[in-house]
Amino acid sequence: MKNERKKFNIWTGSSLLIFIVYLIFLVYPIVTILGQALFVEGRLSLGNFIDFFSKTYYFNTLFNSFKVSLTATIFALFLGTLLAYLFSMYQFKGKKYLQILIIVASMSAPFVGAYSWILLLGRNGVITKFLMNVLHFPQIEIYGFFGIVLVFTLQLFPLVFLYVTGAFKSIDSSILEAAESMGSQGIKRFLKVILPLLTPTLLAAALLVFMRAFSDFGTPMLIGEGYRTFPVLIYTEFISEVGGNAAFASALAIVAIIIALIIFLAQKYSANKFSFSMNSLHPVEPKKVGKIKQTFIYLFVYGSISLAILPQVYLTYTSFLKTSGMVFVPGYSLDSYRNAFSRMGSAIFNTIRIPLIALVIVIIFATIISYLTVRKKNVFTSMIDSLSMIPYIVPGTVLGIAFITAFNTGIGGTKFLALTGTVFIMVISFTIRRLPYTIRSSVASLQQISPSIEEAAESLGSSRLNTFMKITVPMMTAGIVSGAILSWITMISELSTSILLYNVRTRTMTVAIYTEVIRGNYGVAAALSTLLTAITVVSLLIFMKVTKSDTITL
Amino acid sequence: MSEIRISNAKKVYDGIPVIKDLSLAIPDGSLFTLLGPSGCGKTTLLRMIAGFNTIEGGDFYFGDTRINNMEPSRRNIGMVFQNYAIFPHLTVRGNVAFGLKQKKVSKEKLEEQTDKYLKLMQIDQFKDRKPDQLSGGQQQRIALARALAVNPEVLLMDEPLSNLDAKLRVSMRQAIREIQHEVGITTVYVTHDQEEAMAISDQIAVMNLGEIQQVGRPKELYHRPANEFVATFIGRTNIIPAKLVHENNVAVVIFEDGYKMTLTDLNMLEDQDVRVSIRPEEFVRSENGEIEATIMDNVYLGLNTEYVMETTFKKRIQVSEESTFTEDLGDGDKVRLSINKLKINVFNADGTKNLLEVS
Repeated sequence: MKNERKKFNIWTGSSLLIFIVYLIFLVYPIVTILGQALFVEGRLSLGNFIDFFSKTYYFNTLFNSFKVSLTATIFALFLGTLLAYLFSMYQFKGKKYLQILIIVASMSAPFVGAYSWILLLGRNGVITKFLMNVLHFPQIEIYGFFGIVLVFTLQLFPLVFLYVTGAFKSIDSSILEAAESMGSQGIKRFLKVILPLLTPTLLAAALLVFMRAFSDFGTPMLIGEGYRTFPVLIYTEFISEVGGNAAFASALAIVAIIIALIIFLAQKYSANKFSFSMNSLHPVEPKKVGKIKQTFIYLFVYGSISLAILPQVYLTYTSFLKTSGMVFVPGYSLDSYRNAFSRMGSAIFNTIRIPLIALVIVIIFATIISYLTVRKKNVFTSMIDSLSMIPYIVPGTVLGIAFITAFNTGIGGTKFLALTGTVFIMVISFTIRRLPYTIRSSVASLQQISPSIEEAAESLGSSRLNTFMKITVPMMTAGIVSGAILSWITMISELSTSILLYNVRTRTMTVAIYTEVIRGNYGVAAALSTLLTAITVVSLLIFMKVTKSDTITL
Repeated sequence: MSEIRISNAKKVYDGIPVIKDLSLAIPDGSLFTLLGPSGCGKTTLLRMIAGFNTIEGGDFYFGDTRINNMEPSRRNIGMVFQNYAIFPHLTVRGNVAFGLKQKKVSKEKLEEQTDKYLKLMQIDQFKDRKPDQLSGGQQQRIALARALAVNPEVLLMDEPLSNLDAKLRVSMRQAIREIQHEVGITTVYVTHDQEEAMAISDQIAVMNLGEIQQVGRPKELYHRPANEFVATFIGRTNIIPAKLVHENNVAVVIFEDGYKMTLTDLNMLEDQDVRVSIRPEEFVRSENGEIEATIMDNVYLGLNTEYVMETTFKKRIQVSEESTFTEDLGDGDKVRLSINKLKINVFNADGTKNLLEVS
């Protein structure tokens, strides 16, 4: 009986606190936009939804979104898996550096890639001009469907690569040898043995890649031109200069959430069907190959990675060009950087400050949530777990709209928590959206820790809290840190929520880059992108130094 | 150091009783083993003593202290786990000192105790290393040193040797036995390996299905098992169905083929169906043995040679005898056997009672 009464302890306390945070900053905003979407002039109505589904102009955007996301996902899966296969199976030079380049490519903001590709392949693009003027090619059309798919594919296949190389590490070489001994080799072995083993990973990667493509707003905004996708529609309906329709935008947001949930559940269902556990004593050793094969490997590997990194390289190059006003002129200078620092200094500062505050909260929350869901499993903690995963799949634009709607005049219009335009709302949105990365890797590392280690500490006279602080957390550190680096990098490259929530005081670098690109101020935008990439690279290098690992796992 | 007393212990998992009503007294300073097949409740019971499992009924005492509702951290126990449960982020010394730090002992005392147990377990040369650089045997030594360093009232060991290889297991169990004798701490040791239990224990409790089948010294368990389960679990045996009858007031056991054996110890019992347990080494090969047997298979194991033989009362019996250099019996050979009557056991028809103990 004594045990029963002691149930209210630090864990119930903290889970209650976390639950309340999610209620206020996730459930309440979503319920608010749901209300806004469903009540037309004070009456319950499906009018907003009917509007959307009955007009092809609106409805087509959804169709477009599916088309680009699906195409990009398939290409990214193909490229990423092939690349991972070559990396894991064969020896070639420069692997370590290529891996870092791949990580850098995967971690940049997608719209930065879009804008760089416009500079390269757009109407006045460098390559376009070269092809047309020197080689007399016909006009190239990069805008629209083709451009979006190109940018998404090149942006997202590195993510697939990181996922799949991780999976390759858990395949035991004896499985491949067994297949070979039974006469299965080369392509046949890849299709019949390796691919089925990779299926759970590929499904997870497909979900991530698809949702990223589906919810990205910057890329289609810049390179889509007439080709409007769903997030673009949501954004423009909400923010439109000619009197945005907030209720209609809310209805769109609800549609987006429902689609995201359906895809998420479908993925979860199929992943469960294919799931199995592997552990490898002898990871696959890359082997030497013949000359012809090697040439192909080098061409493919270096070619695809160069394409992925090309946008950033080109932006870095243009950031050092001389500018006059907004136009690039011959010669080199640091003008763009000077301008960037003088006009956008606060944005650079914000990009460090706001995500850093959010990161601290992310680490604390993720540690507690992962402990609750792994060690204190019950209905309540499972609910917190599910709640924490929702922002992983809900598009950023949607969350941004929900936040503005919910906190513009405070909760229920009471001025309490009237947060719009504050640093706090930015911090909260970053935290909520990027928590899942750290939670997932913390959970994974905690599951590796045998409960008997904690019991050993307790048997030696250590209290539960002391055991948590002195034993559990230090052992989880590797998992927490590798999740935190992902959270951090995705925070500093975040655009779709911050573009809605920012104001002059809380503008971040990505927002600044976006607005400068829209204004045509390419020099400053390039300088800022280069700085952002530099921050990303430095963060990664610090991470690798600290953890002594040469790659990051997703 | 103290005696452990458990009375009417009860454990329920998800509404299913795993241990219904178990009582046990573990003498002060002894090495006491809970032995049984997996799922018999031995680890459950150990974890109830440690405090990691809740207790649904009964009383647990360390000496005079009732520990039912005490947190594990306050029970003053030392525990050694199957997977070692070494803290990987602390050095060997850090691991051993961890418990003492929790007790907030003085710095000198901490150093002295830590060094003492590092030396005792012969791991002092590794004290500044991280545990992942050490072998399984060395890690288990750290675990033992760590558990002993806090000067616990009782030492609890949950299958501590099952992750080690065969040779190391034998040398470690000897080390554990010696250290336990030296320190003299009441120890509860859980294992499913009967040979290990025999080698290490002062006393053994054989468990099955959440109940204690028998408590006794290794010798008692082997020679006078309380029931058929204990007879088959401890060592190997041949169980032969037979009938107990009385001829001229003398008890006679008759096998199915008519082979008879007088057992005067059973004179007082009524006629009934019985099951006779004969260990492989109690079948003795002799020129004028009354039992005719055919060798089906023979396995040479160095010290002993194991035979599988066919007899008229049972199709396959196991027979074991000391190997000799000149011996050369092959499959199909016929031999004659007699039974060492002094060492056999006779159980009732359902195998739950040893009739030799009743009389």
